[in-house]
Amino acid sequence: MTERKDRPASRRGFLAAAAGAGALAATGRANAQAPKPDPAITEPQDWNRHLGPGVDHAPYGKPSKFEAGVVRRHVGWLTADTVSSINFTPLHQLDGIVTPNGLCFERHHAGVAEIEPTKHRLMIHGLVEKPLVFTMDDLKRFPGRVNKLYFLECAANGGMEWRGAQLNGCQFTHGMIHNVWYTGIPLKTLLDEAGVRTNAKWLLAEGADASSMTRSIPIEKAMKDCLVVWGMNGEALRAEQGYPLRLVVPGWEGNMWIKWLRRLEVGEQPWQQREETSKYTDLLADGRSRRFTFVMDAKSVVTNPSPQAPLRHKGPNVLTGLAWSGRGAIARVDVSIDGGKNWQNARIDGPVLPMSLTRFYVDFDWQGQDLLIQSRAMDETGYVQPTKDELRKVRGVNSIYHNNGIQTWHVKPNGETENVEIL
Amino acid sequence: MSRSSKVWLGLALAAALALPAFAQGGKTGLGRSALPEEIKAWDIDVRPDGLGLPPGKGSVKDGETLFLERCAACHGEFAEGVGRWPVLAGGQGTMMADRPEKTIGSFWPDLSTAFDYIRRAMPYGNAQSLTADETYAIVAFLLNMNNIVKDDFVLSRENFLTVKMPNAAAFYDDDREKAEKHFWNRTPCMTNCKPDTRITGRAAVLDVTPDGGDKSIKVE
Ligand code: HEC
Repeated sequence: MTERKDRPASRRGFLAAAAGAGALAATGRANAQAPKPDPAITEPQDWNRHLGPGVDHAPYGKPSKFEAGVVRRHVGWLTADTVSSINFTPLHQLDGIVTPNGLCFERHHAGVAEIEPTKHRLMIHGLVEKPLVFTMDDLKRFPGRVNKLYFLECAANGGMEWRGAQLNGCQFTHGMIHNVWYTGIPLKTLLDEAGVRTNAKWLLAEGADASSMTRSIPIEKAMKDCLVVWGMNGEALRAEQGYPLRLVVPGWEGNMWIKWLRRLEVGEQPWQQREETSKYTDLLADGRSRRFTFVMDAKSVVTNPSPQAPLRHKGPNVLTGLAWSGRGAIARVDVSIDGGKNWQNARIDGPVLPMSLTRFYVDFDWQGQDLLIQSRAMDETGYVQPTKDELRKVRGVNSIYHNNGIQTWHVKPNGETENVEIL
Repeated sequence: MSRSSKVWLGLALAAALALPAFAQGGKTGLGRSALPEEIKAWDIDVRPDGLGLPPGKGSVKDGETLFLERCAACHGEFAEGVGRWPVLAGGQGTMMADRPEKTIGSFWPDLSTAFDYIRRAMPYGNAQSLTADETYAIVAFLLNMNNIVKDDFVLSRENFLTVKMPNAAAFYDDDREKAEKHFWNRTPCMTNCKPDTRITGRAAVLDVTPDGGDKSIKVE
């Protein structure tokens, strides 16, 4: 399937390649004092003694109170208010490839619509044989229900970083992404039910929120792999993710995944809506703009260590991160700890699925030296994630969207980790 | 249950308990026909070729009054933007500048987008409250603020397509697979890929990151 070379990441080979890593001390702590017994073991704790809450104490369970810091966060100065705004997935606090529902980043243009599902309708009209209206019940009775895992990345993910290192944390530089198991039906099923006319070329999808979000989607994509979904990670969509119904447009920019989906219009040309002209077009250095840049290029980021998750221990450590591509499956991820001078293959763990997040690891020893950590994704089409400078050479610094350049984290001798730009 | 459906169910059960499946490509009959009034209520989009424009018209002058009343609190009296709310006018000639100012006049390729968007989404918090004439008038005013039409201009469905947007020619379709072909490279460099590296910029210098990370670091 993929041409991934599964060479296990050897700690020693990896470190030997690192700049200035020649004089590594042997692992082990100089410790003169006699060890004291650990009170966490010798003293009984409250939870050893007293009864805890019973079943149904929390009919819908929440994370442990000790995980209260694992939350979405927003950047106040980015937007005029929080209603048309964005927050970010805490990538540095998650592992594996599935994003928990409550941590999937949010981007709304008119706040969260709270839709009563019995009053929700989906209409298909335009260049179709028979314009149709569906209720949620109708949709859930369609044959051919599917479950698919896909990443959704906002095209503006990393948009603040075009001119240089700005936000200190992968939550903020890369957190406009989530990866979710969707339940629904292929969009093609609905379009076939309505009977798309032969001159149809584009589809307009519209949401029911107060921004009436709209995007034009080429009909080939709509027929190929788009889904109309009501489920995420086994339960109903969250309100902030489009409850009761959203569009899934695998591998393409998140703005097209219309939430609160209520209308699909079939036509023969794009509608040139605000979100495909004023926004989500890429202004290049020559003053011209690319439009319809739908596909998300291959990208990756090391989530640990990162500025919000510094190194705290010398000796064995786990470097981990995520890679993804809108063009298919991830073929390989390389990691460097010397700013891109030397690279080695990371170990990939878990399923490698097309247009889904892919998890990678490098297990390594750290002796307190400076590290310049980078990761580089390659997808099954042979596309290799470029450096930020390579990207700027083609696109300039004003395109806002589609920044998939290689991220650099500087780990300092005290473990503190910073977002940096390097040459 | 009618007699015939009992017979039918009996036959189905007899056939190794198989549920009847839909023929591939067949219609399910789910949903119902959309009524013309229903389509009309929701189909408010306007395309660059004018499809979807409602009958009506509005002057720059009327647009100014409406804009001051319903839009200026956020977008400014001259559509110049208040605080971080969007700027709607000006910025022409800045697309290659250090800080481009993208507005209806400096950036937007199609006038239909302004009509469509204002009708569907503005004023923010009271969307779809403008009449067709009011929308024509406000769009006329915004064209005037962008020096695209004169003070006495009246915009209507009839003359809509005669308005030329200054930046229309600057857009072209995604060409990444050609223009960025060099990013497809199955054998990227693995060792000694560059001379020494140097840090050229640091996020901490800017200090614009909200709190959230644990900043108290102690390495063991
Ligand atoms: C309460 C503040 C507010 C008011 C009042 C308001 N707007 Fe807006 N406007 C916004 C916000 C916020 C956005 C961006 C929405 C988003 O993020 O999708 C916006 C976006 C726009 C845009 C698109 C800007 C771009 O560059 O893409 C236009 C055009 C616009 N408004 C026109 C109007 C008009 C016309 C009115 C009056 C009828 C109006 N607005 C009233 C807040 C406001």
